[in-house]
Amino acid sequence: MYDTSDIKKNLKIKLDGVPFTVVEFQFVKPGKGNAFTRTKLRNMFTGAVIERTFRSNEKLEPADLEERQMQFLYKEGDGYVFMDTTSYDQLSLSAEQLGDNRWYLIDGTNVDVLFYNEKPIGVTPPTFVVLKVARTEPGFKGDTSGGAMKSATLETGLEVSVPLFINEGESLKIDTRTGEYSERVNIKR
Amino acid sequence: MPSRIAVRDLAGQPGSTPVCVAGRVVALETDGFILQDDTGCVQVRRAPQPPLGAFVQLIGQTDGSALVEIESETTFTHGSERFTRSESDWAWLSGARLQNLRTRHKLKRVVEHYFDEAGFLEVETPAIVPCPGLDVHLDAIEVLGMRGPRWLHTSPEYQMKRLLTSGVPGIFQLGKAFRRGERGKLHEPEFSMLEWYRSFADADAVMRDTEQLVARIALDLTGSHMLPGLQGPVDVTPPWDRITVAQAFERYADVSLAEVLSDEEAYFEALADQIEPKLGRGRAVFLTEYPAPMASLAKLKESDPRVAERFEAYLDGVELCNGFSELTDPHEQRERLERDQELREKLGRSVYPLDERFLAALEEGIPPSGGNALGFDRLLMLAVGAKHIEDVVALPVGRV
Repeated sequence: MYDTSDIKKNLKIKLDGVPFTVVEFQFVKPGKGNAFTRTKLRNMFTGAVIERTFRSNEKLEPADLEERQMQFLYKEGDGYVFMDTTSYDQLSLSAEQLGDNRWYLIDGTNVDVLFYNEKPIGVTPPTFVVLKVARTEPGFKGDTSGGAMKSATLETGLEVSVPLFINEGESLKIDTRTGEYSERVNIKR
Repeated sequence: MPSRIAVRDLAGQPGSTPVCVAGRVVALETDGFILQDDTGCVQVRRAPQPPLGAFVQLIGQTDGSALVEIESETTFTHGSERFTRSESDWAWLSGARLQNLRTRHKLKRVVEHYFDEAGFLEVETPAIVPCPGLDVHLDAIEVLGMRGPRWLHTSPEYQMKRLLTSGVPGIFQLGKAFRRGERGKLHEPEFSMLEWYRSFADADAVMRDTEQLVARIALDLTGSHMLPGLQGPVDVTPPWDRITVAQAFERYADVSLAEVLSDEEAYFEALADQIEPKLGRGRAVFLTEYPAPMASLAKLKESDPRVAERFEAYLDGVELCNGFSELTDPHEQRERLERDQELREKLGRSVYPLDERFLAALEEGIPPSGGNALGFDRLLMLAVGAKHIEDVVALPVGRV
């Protein structure tokens, strides 16, 4: 069982038999009162997001999920296709089921696909992924307006804030726990 | 050597005048580099290039878009690409956060000015105390003392009230308070609290102080009585609306105050979930007349002793401060603190000793007074539109 102090982004819990993943959480303490944790939870079957507040002494049940490593092959319509590299079995997940994790998938990425009662319901991406910058403004050229970061769109469509010296075509390490830029990497892919 | 100017101010410089700038090399280019200080970036033409990440001070002349080095007295530190990582202090402090620290400085001066004009004395009371406060839901941080157990205070209340025995018209303190285990969008375990006491006054007078102070801050920062807020702008034109706790339950909660009075957790759950998020949207509001059991250090209302003369201000759903007409009766105060000790014992929380010197001060006598404790970081959040307390403090607990 989890305590409310274990709650963090992407924690998987079970409520009334349904697996949920924590999208957002907030420590709440009304004027001199008890502490609560207010959460936004995504239903891993339907993708629907609900709000739920937990009291500080409440226990949460872990969602018993099975993980299997699979390779992301390609995107087809609204579906994302994955393959088991030993059995060559294929399956498809929707954008709703993947949530923000769809921004970390490029062809060939290995991810853990989550199964609940043998049914695929989501993925856990690697903690860090390397993605290329598809679009970003040149950044400075005569700019003296201040502000140390600028916006960049990556090859998957993910938008991140990056330092001014980042150029199009460069590879960036992205932290999938926060969706934020981590550092520039000098690798050829 | 010309004195250093900000990169932002380079634009107004005539091309022929030598200028001195200093900053970090944030990118290398074929014939020079990009230098960035805390105000902006400029292209510098110089060969050879200093290493990426180095701090550089140089003298040059502007030629329209770029800065050309004119003396070879350039100094630079070692370079490292470390500053480019997202966890670097440089990345943390750049942009909006640095600007928020500037606003924090400005806001402090408005506070000092307000209380100066009101004839208050600024005080600094000890952070390390023999009793950190007995609020049932606050935990203190213990420190190793020389003369028995010591804690960092959760609020400077006991010590400040002792200073009221001097008969001064008012005292204020802008300092740190410490609460173990509190961390979130509106909470840091070490945070800045503005606390003040006005003598020969009550909760009403302190509510007026609050309105006037916040309105002046808004005027100073935005030129109007609007603050950006966390989700949307808040009008802080005095006087602020008032709503009693009972009315707030009627208006916003699916339970009545009477139903939850005997179940503390249900009371706070309704407050946190249904009431607080609705308070102060678009316009600042005072929540008043707290149930007597929820106000350990406040005076009860003479015309209705079931409620205390305690208030909190809400702006855009954020609890900004907590104040009251101070309880000055030493016997009543001792009884209430002993009750808080019992409650803490029952809940399995650390039971801190009574502050006998605080109780002795009440025996000596203090004037009737009103006091208020205001979350200074939250005020800054509302004033700059920051959504997380980490964005308005220099280094939050997670980065210490």
